[in-house]
Amino acid sequence: MGRLVVFEGLDGSGKSTQARLVVKWLQSRGYRVFFTEWNSSELVSETIRKGKKKGLLTPTTFSLLHATDFADRFERHILPPLRAGYIVVCDRYVYTAFARDTVRGCDPGWVRNLYSFAPLADKTFYFRVTVETSLKRKIASRQKISYYEAGMDLGLADDLIESYERFQGRLKRAYDRLADTDPLVVIPADRPIEEVLHVVRREIRPLLAGLPRTEALVHA
Amino acid sequence: MRRTYGTPLPGLSKEHYRGRLIVLEGADGSGRTTEVELLREWLEIRGHPVVDTGLRRSTLVGEQIARAKQGHTLAATTMALMYAADFADQLENKILPSLAAGSTVLADRYIYTLMARAVVRGASRGWAQRLYGFAIVPDLTIYLDARPEILLHRAIGKYGSLDYWESGMDLSLSRDRFESFFLYQNLLKKEFEWMGHEYRFRTVDGNRPPALVHRDVRALVQPLYGRNLREETGEERSLREPVTRRGARAASG
Repeated sequence: MGRLVVFEGLDGSGKSTQARLVVKWLQSRGYRVFFTEWNSSELVSETIRKGKKKGLLTPTTFSLLHATDFADRFERHILPPLRAGYIVVCDRYVYTAFARDTVRGCDPGWVRNLYSFAPLADKTFYFRVTVETSLKRKIASRQKISYYEAGMDLGLADDLIESYERFQGRLKRAYDRLADTDPLVVIPADRPIEEVLHVVRREIRPLLAGLPRTEALVHA
Repeated sequence: MRRTYGTPLPGLSKEHYRGRLIVLEGADGSGRTTEVELLREWLEIRGHPVVDTGLRRSTLVGEQIARAKQGHTLAATTMALMYAADFADQLENKILPSLAAGSTVLADRYIYTLMARAVVRGASRGWAQRLYGFAIVPDLTIYLDARPEILLHRAIGKYGSLDYWESGMDLSLSRDRFESFFLYQNLLKKEFEWMGHEYRFRTVDGNRPPALVHRDVRALVQPLYGRNLREETGEERSLREPVTRRGARAASG
């Protein structure tokens, strides 16, 4: 069995950047690493896109379709490499659904049951940032904020940016609550990337004991 | 507000769902679909609006499931969740609005088939029950119980062969489709028997010809409508006009 390392947090928390840097680091040290991100499975992403465009999604179907997508991804891309001894790095895992779906009004116990097939990760990082930082990074990256990322379907505000701030604020509180009940390693992520990475590496090192390394892959 | 098995749907209004929800469950070949048609006819002739619904008919995911099934590639959990999305979509967009409008909803299969399929594929009963906790409790669930030997002959008579999924070939119970069909249908039957107690199914012997089955089904449905659904004679039919007007006055007053 390999190791499962999870990166969670708001959009713009820097989790994806950190995940990619960790993958590079582990690969350069000769570990077999597999990187996967939410929504990369092709199974229902088209249905979700269609449903979003036509406004057909309710909190329940939104939640179930994402769970379907995750289950497919899990069974194809997470479990097999994990069984094969890889370090599987996940950009978003079940906590994304726990936070997002409960903010949309789904029952927390119901959502947890949907994902009960997913094992607890060996390490889950929660990159905690303020909503202001999240928004600032989002704008700086010139990514367009989508209707659902802004939680416009919740009717929090007519303005996209304002809705984004309020929705991300609720998500942040949901993540913070999860950090109280679940084994999340909270990383203050408002600090510079290198500093954050240093903390992340230190947390990951103990997990590497006993994992095989391919010496041929190690760079000088 | 209708009773659900678990936590209600988020955003489910407190409105009164006047219509009746009648579920027909049973294996492929148990006579379910024929019975839905007969029942629909019988109810509509007596002036009750009927909406029928079944699995895999949602606009959101219906097509997607059909495509996924062709490839035979989906794992059990993924399939179970996708069916749940399909069901939730129909519940929210078809079943509940129809009940709110006062229609009778005839469901050609409901969450029970979905739970049975998931459980025989390795899901725990608890997981499946919690998954469908948002489903509303039907007014009546009729289970058409038929022996696998009968189902086999009906399937061959209807399709000329045994369907991959109805034979549970994805479970690898046997490479022989005939044998797999029996093993799979028996597993499902056992699960339905357990659910029959848990969810108070009314079981009707589906091994008999449709006319006899229909007689029993009517007897079960009748009490839901009280006196409004007694057998109608030709004379009564000609008198239906004034009855409707009286009904309309009562509704507006």
